[in-house]
Amino acid sequence: MRPFKYTRASDADAAARAVTANPSAKFLGGGTNILDLMKEDVERPSELVDLTRLKLAEITAARDGGVTIGALAKNTDTANHPLIRKNYPLLTQAIVAGASGQLRNMATNGGNLMQRTRCQYFYDTAMPCNKREPGTGCGAREGLNRIHAIFGWSEKCVATYPGDMANALYALEAVVRVRNASGRERTIPIGDFHRLPGDTPEKDNNLEHGELIVAIDLPRSNFAKNYYYLKVRDRASYAFALVAVAAALEMDGGRIRQARVVMGSVAHKPWRSQEAEAALSGRPASEENFRNAAQAALASAKPLTHNAYKVELGRRAIVRALMRAARLI
Amino acid sequence: MNDDFDETSGPELTADEEALVNEIPTLTDVGQARRTFLGQTITGGVGLFALMLLEKEQALAALSPSPDAVFAPAVMPENAIRTTLKVNGAAKTLELDSRVVLLDALRERLELTGTKKGCEVGQCGACTVLVDGRRVLSCLTLAATLEGREVTTIEGLARGEQLHPMQAAFIKYDGFQCGYCTSGQICSAVALLEEVRRGDVSHVTEDVTATTTRLTDDEIRERMSGNICRCGAYPGIVAAVREVHTGKESARTWRFVEEAELARVRKEWHDDETV
Repeated sequence: MRPFKYTRASDADAAARAVTANPSAKFLGGGTNILDLMKEDVERPSELVDLTRLKLAEITAARDGGVTIGALAKNTDTANHPLIRKNYPLLTQAIVAGASGQLRNMATNGGNLMQRTRCQYFYDTAMPCNKREPGTGCGAREGLNRIHAIFGWSEKCVATYPGDMANALYALEAVVRVRNASGRERTIPIGDFHRLPGDTPEKDNNLEHGELIVAIDLPRSNFAKNYYYLKVRDRASYAFALVAVAAALEMDGGRIRQARVVMGSVAHKPWRSQEAEAALSGRPASEENFRNAAQAALASAKPLTHNAYKVELGRRAIVRALMRAARLI
Repeated sequence: MNDDFDETSGPELTADEEALVNEIPTLTDVGQARRTFLGQTITGGVGLFALMLLEKEQALAALSPSPDAVFAPAVMPENAIRTTLKVNGAAKTLELDSRVVLLDALRERLELTGTKKGCEVGQCGACTVLVDGRRVLSCLTLAATLEGREVTTIEGLARGEQLHPMQAAFIKYDGFQCGYCTSGQICSAVALLEEVRRGDVSHVTEDVTATTTRLTDDEIRERMSGNICRCGAYPGIVAAVREVHTGKESARTWRFVEEAELARVRKEWHDDETV
């Protein structure tokens, strides 16, 4: 690991100021991804600003019936908080589908949104990667791309966002609250937080350098009864998804009033399918309707050389997740 | 392999290698035996590496820290930080390079080598320790972030000579083969039971909105999935966790063979040979 200056932040504004002042400084939350990447020499910050002492770990009920989760609340504490389990069980399922008990004890909610791709070419510093080193090319585009994107990729980058939590947050229409060095706060809907790679795959998200995630706001939800987070991976536990589906239904008797379908590990960001949601809205919950929705969701998929399987897997995963959400299986 | 190899004769060393070996003062008897072994490996072509290893070992052995010592390296570290934390109940003050992770601080500075270094990048769980009672990966925890925290390692679980129930259960159910992942497995399992007592859910929990503290074997497997065992000692590990969780003896999958059975087998062999 390369040498770096360690700075302990006293409060959120001081942390944002410290990172803003140094173009190669980074925030340190749980450290589960940044330290891994520093050991691999992929990330090379000259300074880490330690956030772990900041008072941003609370999970509180909001006045509008929603819940605010602190950016520094640990994944474990978030997943198991009574307010989350009662009102947003989809989020609980998504979080506990990720990583391991040890990592979830360390990982923060803000850091979870900031985790970087698991593309092997991004991790291997001997390989070209436009995300790691802009202009060097994409190793995966014509290389081994079994785990890569089937939606929204560009010639510059075919990497996926690997997380689980953000898929559920998108289905729940969460809003990310960020704060800059001058103490100004702004909100970013979770769907606009991560980016598609385009010509600038080095940018994973729409944060400015030095902007600090302080909280994630969850609006009041009607998805606490019919929900399911399905994660398909190479082994049963402790692995990143090949395809994940966050499915949520608001039922009116046997009819679907409102549906949310978000896929994970298929694009550079959580991939919400408005086509599938439209195909479900107002219709009865049935396997046939779920198949039609899944068909609509994958219609625009553009697989690469080695990941065509994700198209059919995606369809089946959506059907299964919706069947579980509707309690038909 | 050389069949004529004579264990009593020393290796053929070049003058340079001889000089290097002589620069190293004798350690204890054990050290001497290892020195002989390492010296012999010089003929195998890894001599310098072996000597460096021996030198490092010797430097570690020479440390005899007093309980309230400040653990500072001989050379001032880059981007030095100073942190005071509790390790297995005792306060320790460390002066460290900012890059030092808890795993290396424990092993290289505090002489607590029970915590093992596996993958170093958070994929195997061998380095699992408890921080403020919760299991974490020491390979991805910067020591600098632990000011005022309480760390418990495998060395801190037993009470004197009395093993922690989880340690005893791992022995009882053969929860290991090579043993390298074991300290991480045990620390993980100890924290797991606390998580279950708290009512935490897992990926295989059927209804995450309900609170349950019942631990099925599937729950144990899922909750222990962050600890990889390449020997495949998983059945024993699950049995050990199950017994400590329930307080009831797990069904053992093995037993010692009885004398009568042995006699029968011997007789069968004997009969076979005389046919």
